Amino acid sequence: MLKLPIYLDNNSTTQVDPRVFEAMTPYFLEAYGNAASKSHPFGWKSEEAVDYAREQIAQLIGGNEKEIIFTSGATESNNLAIKGVFEMYASKGNHIITLSTEHKAILDTCKHLEKLGAEVTYLSVAGDGLVTVEAIEAAIKPNTILVTVMYGNNELGVLQPIREIGALCKSKGVLFHSDATQAVGKIPVDVMADHIDLMSFTAHKMYGPKGVGALYVRRKNPRVKVTAQMDGGGHERGMRSGTLNVPGIVGFGKACEIARLEMAEESVRLQKMRDRLEEALLQLEESYLNGNKTHRLPHTSNISFKYVEGEGLMMGIKDIAVSSGSACTSASLEPSYVLKSLGLDDELAHSSLRFGLGRFTTDEEIDFTVQCVSEAVNKLRDMSPLWEMFKEGIDLKSIEWSEH
Amino acid sequence: MAYSDKVVDHYTNPRNIGTLDKSKNTVGTGLVGAPECGDVMRLQIEVNHETGIIEDAKFKTFGCGSAIASSSLATEWLKGKSIDEALKIDNMEIVEELALPPVKIHCSVLAEDAIRSAINDYRAKNGLEPIESEKTHF
Repeated sequence: MLKLPIYLDNNSTTQVDPRVFEAMTPYFLEAYGNAASKSHPFGWKSEEAVDYAREQIAQLIGGNEKEIIFTSGATESNNLAIKGVFEMYASKGNHIITLSTEHKAILDTCKHLEKLGAEVTYLSVAGDGLVTVEAIEAAIKPNTILVTVMYGNNELGVLQPIREIGALCKSKGVLFHSDATQAVGKIPVDVMADHIDLMSFTAHKMYGPKGVGALYVRRKNPRVKVTAQMDGGGHERGMRSGTLNVPGIVGFGKACEIARLEMAEESVRLQKMRDRLEEALLQLEESYLNGNKTHRLPHTSNISFKYVEGEGLMMGIKDIAVSSGSACTSASLEPSYVLKSLGLDDELAHSSLRFGLGRFTTDEEIDFTVQCVSEAVNKLRDMSPLWEMFKEGIDLKSIEWSEH
Repeated sequence: MAYSDKVVDHYTNPRNIGTLDKSKNTVGTGLVGAPECGDVMRLQIEVNHETGIIEDAKFKTFGCGSAIASSSLATEWLKGKSIDEALKIDNMEIVEELALPPVKIHCSVLAEDAIRSAINDYRAKNGLEPIESEKTHF
């Protein structure tokens, strides 16, 4: 029996896995000690639970448990990584390299640092959303201290050539940070093989709770340090003060363990469903896949339905939760800057939907989505003046539009 | 953000979708908005030369639910009105009728622009001066 509404917005956040929830519950009512309390069993029990979670998390990403710094989420991790490196390595240089398609937590942090004297290079990406190692290499200068490139893009799902970029940075002696929020728990991520020095990720994108994330900070070859961005009790090896969110961390650990054990099977299942959804929707006339088709997360698909506006389309598929690159879904009235970075026509950027499948997505839900989206696209095209012009062979670029 | 019942009703059952023959001099067409802004409205009126009454109105809109509802409502209101009456339709009446939130007021502005633009197209076709808008929004 199909239960509505259907959740296909797993790049935004995910349902907590019941096994994760179960692991967390004792840490609210019974083992509620402060992990920093060294003088009694309440504290010891919490510290033990945190240490265990640290191991579970480190194991998923191929790091050491001492390299995991707990934060409130990926936004904080990104802030800590970039601001922390900028401050800590100020004597080495002030140049940071990043991409125009990064998450706002990266871009706005960089913009903030520019006001404080940082020099930031925002590299553009190709039409498929990918950057090349050569472009990064060409941007590296003597004063470059950090390259920050996201692992998998949140809107498109495209995977950057992280391993190659990591190797390049290592050879140049430049620190490499990756915002791996969308990738960790979905595909194999290995900080050793990928030569990653700092990496941000969060629990709630992989069936863990909201409000807990981590920054991986390499301890050997090279030993990396970041300047704390909050003053306090000196937790997390002095890099992030604040009482640890023990139930959240326990849940994060459990989520990582489940991901590590089930990822291989789960990613195949999700990719099969994703491909089926995508193939069916791309059968619609004038529908286009955004981003590289091959180098991509297995559960994400971003499709533009030309001549149909994204928010109008979402209203027509109200039983399906997705997100759109359309202006109307954001407060800014600007269409997605990620899609615009690909060089997409505005009407394509306004016409996009992002489908994010997840652990609890079923085949039945995919069938329903295909049918529902197809019907809504056809209905809206029947009432779209742009579709009518397209069908009459009128070039939309030849029209003088009245901007408002 | 939840839509009002009236927006949902117009979106689900839009009134007067369609195309009038723009080669006729009784038909005025207004095409406003821009694809890059995410809203394009085309509103058409058919005017009876004898009576000066708008006898038919059609629309097609590329945009969000509120844009579709605003133009659907506009066509409903236009039918049976004289040109002078039609020019009196104010975007805030659309806002009120559809209970549009502040972030969607631009949809009603666009509908008002479309009405004016369609009327001026009709006037131009019949050798009349365009009517300048007296009000500025914002």
